[in-house]
Amino acid sequence: MTQARVMTINMGPQHPSTHGVLRLVLELDGERVVRCIPHIGYLHTGIEKIAESKRYQLVIPITDRMDYLAPLSNNLAYVLAVEKLLGIEVPRRAEVIRVMLTELTRIGSHLVWLGTHAIDIGAMSVFLYAFREREQIQDMYEQVAGARMMSSYFRVGGLFADLPEGFEKRVRSFVASFPARLDEYEDLLTSNPIWIQRTKGVGVIKPEDAVDLGLSGPSLRACGIPWDIRKSHPYSGYEQYAFEVSRATHGDAYDRYLCRIFEMRQSVAIVRQTLERLPDGPIAVQDPKLTPPPKPLVKTSMEALIHHFLLWSEGFRVPAGEVYQTIESPKGEYGVYLVSDGSNRPYRVHFRTPSFVNLQALPRMVEGQLVADVVAIIGSIDIVLGEVDR
Amino acid sequence: MDDLRETDQDDTPTVRTLRERFPEGILSTTIVRHETTVLVPASEIVRVCRHLKEDPDLRYDFLSDLTAVDRFRDRPRFELVYHLYSLQFKRRIRLKIQLEEGEPAFSVTSVWGTANWHEREVYDMFGIAFEGHPDLRRILMPEGWEGHPLRKDYPVQASPKWWEEGEAR
Repeated sequence: MTQARVMTINMGPQHPSTHGVLRLVLELDGERVVRCIPHIGYLHTGIEKIAESKRYQLVIPITDRMDYLAPLSNNLAYVLAVEKLLGIEVPRRAEVIRVMLTELTRIGSHLVWLGTHAIDIGAMSVFLYAFREREQIQDMYEQVAGARMMSSYFRVGGLFADLPEGFEKRVRSFVASFPARLDEYEDLLTSNPIWIQRTKGVGVIKPEDAVDLGLSGPSLRACGIPWDIRKSHPYSGYEQYAFEVSRATHGDAYDRYLCRIFEMRQSVAIVRQTLERLPDGPIAVQDPKLTPPPKPLVKTSMEALIHHFLLWSEGFRVPAGEVYQTIESPKGEYGVYLVSDGSNRPYRVHFRTPSFVNLQALPRMVEGQLVADVVAIIGSIDIVLGEVDR
Repeated sequence: MDDLRETDQDDTPTVRTLRERFPEGILSTTIVRHETTVLVPASEIVRVCRHLKEDPDLRYDFLSDLTAVDRFRDRPRFELVYHLYSLQFKRRIRLKIQLEEGEPAFSVTSVWGTANWHEREVYDMFGIAFEGHPDLRRILMPEGWEGHPLRKDYPVQASPKWWEEGEAR
């Protein structure tokens, strides 16, 4: 009897609200979801396999392509892993710039989440506003790295180049205006009855289930577990910045929304602090075996020319060993497991991407809910399929 | 470069507790770059994991990551690598087991639900089977794909013939 009432429908992979190429097989009893089976892999590009055949420095551009909404976070996790294995520390200026840009990246990533999540539920204007502000961050990427999406700005040992002229001023004016913009988004959503109806009590996950399923980032903090890697295992000098970890209690889509809005405010605070304490100095370690010599020197010094040639033809070798480096990416725990055999190419790189792990919690969130809420729940866990499928 | 040397010391609280309460669960310990690696007998992995999760002094309740490394031409060929995290004590530990080619591993899905997809990925990419896994199928590659791409003897730039010829399957 029950068997006859269950209808199986297919959602995706070409469906605008799956945020990419996610396919869900939904078993429905009327409007209730009985079972949800995600199918992934449509965007698999073999990134881990390709990385094994690239020199260490050349892996950085392919890390951009995982979470393409937060390319610099991916870069950071990877370069930190290589630097840990090399046993080097980057100069202070490079470190502060890295923090500044990854926090801007967090804001940019959360803005895309906010815009797309809102448009999925039917709030069109938030999308337009969020993308207006995100555009400013994309312009900053373009200014520092020359590319808007795949910026690849960080290098093992430091940065690709110093900040261009006028960049600090640009960031300053952004952080001055952005909190007011956030207030505008909140005016539109936070106490909007339709928004509350569509998100409150939707996609609830209990804290013990969240831990069991390996949920991390804002989705975990929305259940009342205030775990943030920037606090628990600070990297890049995060222990020197004053900021608060987001926290909510209900573990539903609305609390995940509150957590991310709160995080954007905290990121603004961190960016302000980086602007205040941005020191002068080199932007990369001064080791000719690791970082390229200044271009003018290559034309006049034989030694510099040789170093340049070796770096571009062979790269550098990394001592044999293994490390697991994690960072708090906008979506959660981003881990890089790097195994070196002592050569100039990684023996094995594994990317523990938050979207892949967080997506696994989707069936537990949607089962028993209405089919219309599936869209709201997918939006609320903030996945990027490039990162799920790698 | 000083802390790169491999030490066989057991001065971390986790290793000390584990050695006291679960001596048969440790084959060796190494600490490199402040990261602790414990080599565990493949047959004991589920019990060691459950112990690490449930012991009130350890509480490794969060499985961060699970993956494999192909030590091609070495025996045993595969390493399974588990990265555990304790939300309460803010500690990390890495567990490793070694597997011969064709030898199945025991699934830890009964300890952490999140292991489900990680183990499917390892099965897909390395061809390592997991005993006790509720739903072991490929996750990233298409169904019916031949070979396991992250094995070292799988070429980087090659795809099965039927794929290139565009033959429908």
